[in-house]
Amino acid sequence: MKASMRSALEVSGIYVIVLIMFAVILYPLVWAFSMSLNPGTSLFALKLIPDNWSLEHYRWLFTNPRSDYALWYKNTLIVAFANGIASVCLVTILAYAFSRFRFVGRKNSIYTFLLLQMFPVLMGMVAIYLLLNTVNLLDTFTGLILIYVFGGLPMNVFLVKGYLDTIPRDLDESAKMDGAGYMTIFFRILIPLAKPIVAVVALFTFMAPFFDFLTPRIIIRSPEKFTLALGLYNFINDKFANNFTIFAAGTILIALPIATVFLLLQRYLISGLADGATKG
Amino acid sequence: MDIKNAIGEQRHSYSGHNPAWAALLSVVPGLGQLYNRRWIKGVLLLVFGLSLIYTLSVPLFNGIVGLIGLGDDPELDDSRTLLVQGILSVILTVILLGLYALNLNDAYRDAKKRQAGVRTPSVRQAFHDSWEHGFPYFVVIPNFIMMALIVIFPLLFMISLAFTNYNLYNSPPAHLLDWVGFANFKALFTEAVWSKSLLSVLAWTVVWTLVATTLQITLAFFLAVMINDSRVRFKKLIRTVFILPWAVPSFMTVLVFAAMFNDNFGAINRDIFSHFGVMIPWLSDPLWARIAIIGIQVWLGFPYVFTLITGVLQSISKDWYEAADVDGGSRWKKFRYITMPHVLYATAPLLIMQYSQNFNNFNLIYLFNKGGPPVSGQNSGATDILISWVYSLTFNENNYKMAAAISIIMGIVVAAFAFYQFRRTRSFREEDMY
Repeated sequence: MKASMRSALEVSGIYVIVLIMFAVILYPLVWAFSMSLNPGTSLFALKLIPDNWSLEHYRWLFTNPRSDYALWYKNTLIVAFANGIASVCLVTILAYAFSRFRFVGRKNSIYTFLLLQMFPVLMGMVAIYLLLNTVNLLDTFTGLILIYVFGGLPMNVFLVKGYLDTIPRDLDESAKMDGAGYMTIFFRILIPLAKPIVAVVALFTFMAPFFDFLTPRIIIRSPEKFTLALGLYNFINDKFANNFTIFAAGTILIALPIATVFLLLQRYLISGLADGATKG
Repeated sequence: MDIKNAIGEQRHSYSGHNPAWAALLSVVPGLGQLYNRRWIKGVLLLVFGLSLIYTLSVPLFNGIVGLIGLGDDPELDDSRTLLVQGILSVILTVILLGLYALNLNDAYRDAKKRQAGVRTPSVRQAFHDSWEHGFPYFVVIPNFIMMALIVIFPLLFMISLAFTNYNLYNSPPAHLLDWVGFANFKALFTEAVWSKSLLSVLAWTVVWTLVATTLQITLAFFLAVMINDSRVRFKKLIRTVFILPWAVPSFMTVLVFAAMFNDNFGAINRDIFSHFGVMIPWLSDPLWARIAIIGIQVWLGFPYVFTLITGVLQSISKDWYEAADVDGGSRWKKFRYITMPHVLYATAPLLIMQYSQNFNNFNLIYLFNKGGPPVSGQNSGATDILISWVYSLTFNENNYKMAAAISIIMGIVVAAFAFYQFRRTRSFREEDMY
């Protein structure tokens, strides 16, 4: 009797904590969502539950001639796809070389990669700016994509190499016996087995341009080449309070698809991440 | 050894062939290979090597001279360009020297083989061999060159800037830069404004990294163990909501938080604290700003750790707990001696990475309050961590030399941490297994 009382109390205690966490997690998200539906633009007069809902800010983003939102979305998608595809190709083949081949300088290269992934790309931004300026890649998507792909390379190669190391080598040895070349082994055996970690790299590199306002801020100058993060940041940075509702609408339109993909793939992603890092 | 010699004898050995000679002749790339009677390889190397020397030696030499002097005439020379070209020349020279060493080594090894009587492979065979053995090099070398440009070069550039006098008042193209030795570091540690700022930023960076990360891990651990309790229902719903802060792009949530914490119109003051008759200066008071930032990071960061730990908890075998029940272990003892070791063993590398991520968590600090509020007598804000301070020195104040000097200090911290992590990461202990 006493034990069951205690157990019931404990369980309700857990539920109370869960409810508090729900409130803390959802409060800012719901707040941002309701801001985007509030008519008017001033933060001073806004209420959590607006008197009348309105989609005017969403309409503004796509129809107002002063809004470049659709263009930013297109730019970001271009950069994101290019980054995702290029990164996956380079990262997997490099990880394959590091995981399966013994060659002169291999160990030192891995040490270099590990050390480099610790340094934030931000530290070298002045130099990157001057370098891109020298080769006329400033204010181009090519320059931006190059920085994304190679800036993220060390970290991602390390991640995939860790995962490939967990795949038994007997598999490629026996395929080699049967006369398979390096590329066959790579595409037919390792890539299919490494799908979870390839998915992680693909998703992370695809999403990076959506989140990052800093790199484009340094590299991109012309407004018609802005990415979403940079465009929205500039938009809100000028007049923080006055543009906030439109900003909220703009971010909701990014957050919704990304959060959906994320929640759908979460199990897959976590197994990829955890296996690569813990077994690696 | 005897068998090898015997085979060599049969295959007609060239005992007069001297590997040392081959290597020595290779001082001019290709000649050693010709001496080894590998005609095509030799000619290719000779042409390639001579044309490289012909086209590159003057620019490389000029680049290095420019790096040493950083220009003589402000009308003609831009020190930044000279610096860029100089560093690129040094990198290229190192790469070329590496290739040159490979060339010497190749001639020596071929000559050894020839001396031992191994037959010279046909061209077709040679191509096949170089694909077989060279595959990793074909993959790694081009990528490494790009990495050298985009990751290593900027770091070298940053390091060099720390030893120049490059700031807003002395900046190219109007002025020339000069090497100033350790003057910037001296200023950093001796001038009151700098040393005070450096000390307070360093202290806050350490506190921030330790407190925010530890809090987010502790909260995640606590919640994960709690939700994993068999009596709790709706697990799936709870876990989905708990992951939300991770799923929504942090760039946006931080800006939303910046609005919510606004001193005047922010929702947190208006909706919650106004009922108690207090308005908390979240953005203008150093202490409150720091508390707010740590709180936001815990909100942003706990879901990732929560999901990781949940995954590990589900993989711990029930037998352990049953055995503990038989022995009459208390709940705390089960947690301490079964759950904790399992979770920490499986997730330690990822948890350590959380610390290093927060050390470099520029986005949150900058987007929330740009490192502010300002502090008198310092040129860093109250919530500035090293990386955000470097950023504002570079891009707002154009004080490149000091930003670079601070970056180097940061780099030393990062490298020390990296070294510590290398030694702990299992993948390095297993490296030697192959």
